[in-house]
Amino acid sequence: MMANTAQHPLLEVRDLHTYFHTFSGTVKAVNGVSFAINEGEVMGLVGESGGGKSVVGFSILGLIDSPGRIEAGEILLEGQNLVAAGEDRLRAIRGREISMVFQDPMTSLNPLHTVGKQMDEVLRLHSDLDAEARHAACVEMLESVGISRAADRLKAYPHQFSGGMRQRVVIAIAMLARPKLIIADEPTTALDVTIQSQILKLMRAQIADKGASMILITHDLAVVSEMADHITVLYCGNVVERGRTRDVIENPSHPYTRGLIDSIPDTTKRLDRLSQIPGSVPDIRNLPHGCNFRDRCPRAQARCASEEPKLMPQHASLMAACHFPLEPGDTA
Amino acid sequence: MLGYLLKRLIQMVLVLWIVSVIVFLMMSFTGDPVFMVVPIDATDAEIAQARRLLGLDQSILVQYWKFLTSLLQGDFGRSYVFRQPAMTLILERLPATVEMVIVAMVLAVVVAIPLGVYAGANPDGRLSRMIMAGSLMGISLPGFWVGMVLIYLFAVTWGVFPSSGRGDTAEIFGLRISLATWDGWHHIALPAITLSLGTMAILLRMTRAGMMEVSRQDFMKFARAKGATRRDVLYKHGLKNALIPVVTIFGLQLGDLIAFATITETIFSWPGMGKLLIDSIYRADRPVIVVYLMLVALIFVVINFLVDIVYTLIDPRITLK
Repeated sequence: MMANTAQHPLLEVRDLHTYFHTFSGTVKAVNGVSFAINEGEVMGLVGESGGGKSVVGFSILGLIDSPGRIEAGEILLEGQNLVAAGEDRLRAIRGREISMVFQDPMTSLNPLHTVGKQMDEVLRLHSDLDAEARHAACVEMLESVGISRAADRLKAYPHQFSGGMRQRVVIAIAMLARPKLIIADEPTTALDVTIQSQILKLMRAQIADKGASMILITHDLAVVSEMADHITVLYCGNVVERGRTRDVIENPSHPYTRGLIDSIPDTTKRLDRLSQIPGSVPDIRNLPHGCNFRDRCPRAQARCASEEPKLMPQHASLMAACHFPLEPGDTA
Repeated sequence: MLGYLLKRLIQMVLVLWIVSVIVFLMMSFTGDPVFMVVPIDATDAEIAQARRLLGLDQSILVQYWKFLTSLLQGDFGRSYVFRQPAMTLILERLPATVEMVIVAMVLAVVVAIPLGVYAGANPDGRLSRMIMAGSLMGISLPGFWVGMVLIYLFAVTWGVFPSSGRGDTAEIFGLRISLATWDGWHHIALPAITLSLGTMAILLRMTRAGMMEVSRQDFMKFARAKGATRRDVLYKHGLKNALIPVVTIFGLQLGDLIAFATITETIFSWPGMGKLLIDSIYRADRPVIVVYLMLVALIFVVINFLVDIVYTLIDPRITLK
């Protein structure tokens, strides 16, 4: 590891607030999220749909569009605050220092440009290579994500690729400028199950190979448990729990995390019905006072309605925002 | 590709034939051209003779058959009024119309595309609202009124542009072209602007609608996440994806302006072929009208064919079948 990581994590998000000001009220999509990620680490960002996971990803890249806005907080890339950075600086960072893989490979590539052109664009923006060197780099990258006859395939259009192949292309584009951080927003959700594990293996190999870090945004705890070093669990725009992957998966202290883990199908047991978290995510335009999860929580008590829990150290490496956290061995 | 071309060619012949039938039938029900060519005090014998000379004494079927057979021999008929080949009359006036339309279309595109892209990318901006209000005026204000206002302002009040006529022309490849002389440019400005406004407004609105649609697509955000400039995201990624309907409308408008620039040509006394059409209709000059409308049909067929080819250049998923 490099010397400067002792001073700064690669990326540190501090008390991030991203709100969307819509006609029907302010949506507090991200409401005080903090986490840090070191060089070479993979962090899983987990939560239900609508939990603000993607908004965190877009906030980091400065891609929040009106009516959305980063209201408060800092996003520090090697100590440099991106929230305060101008558009030109952000543009130099996007794709070069931090790149992104989107959920749906069917829509994230431009249908009217060849794969080669879309790859080349990254290098034209972020390198001084001449056309020939860029082409060679694209061929090499495309081969390294497992696409054969890469030189020919560069001339093909996205519609001539299958979904899994397209996601490989997207990953190739994301890795091309050797960024320090990849934000992967549900990178396998839109793919067949058999393709999913291929893509995850590929991403893990690419990251290890290039020494990059990754934020893996997903609702699928099974995926992060395989991939991530750390897990951050979001609920209603807040971090409810975070810690080392093993600790979070094996002995979570927040009842919400417990519920997420219990709803993973276990192929070794025969169950008539999968475990589920009762109720649904509350309307984040109108959050209740106190703990946001209390209406769905089996452990909720009077205090949960009156006082908002703060993120506190729990057993092992865990931090959790809960008045009545689970201890190892407890069942929800 | 060859099969496609053949199909289009057969289609074209079919369209032209149908147009000729419709126009021929319609013209035979409207007005009697004989009275347009004989003097007011002509005797019955003179009228009958004129009718025989024009071939109008025969049944409509025989007339059509004669028209069709001479057409296939390259004879498009003669104007009753000018006693000249109808095709020559039209082709003489074609360059004047075409150059005015080209200037108008270029002007429309040059203005409409950037403004449409801007308005589509910033739908809530104050400037976008002004652009859209302006485009609504461009669509709803009638050309003859705009033409007269332009004449009043630029020709009468300020005297910067002439109000009518074509001005000096220079001969290029045997065609008389205004755009080759400064005076010609001077004369073409007002009619071209008048003609372009409606098309400009429609293209602008199509571009805006397309851009708004495209802006929501993931690949636009992905392009930004790659670090592309806003300009590249809008023009290289966005505009190309918004272009298909714009090109369609462009083609239709192009044909429409070439064929029916009549009003603008009349206001500015522009010696184009639209004016010839109106004059021929007044005079019931059937051969000119038939050939004119068939030429118009041909122009539309050719433009649509070119538009189809442009589709395939824009979108690799579209193939000619």
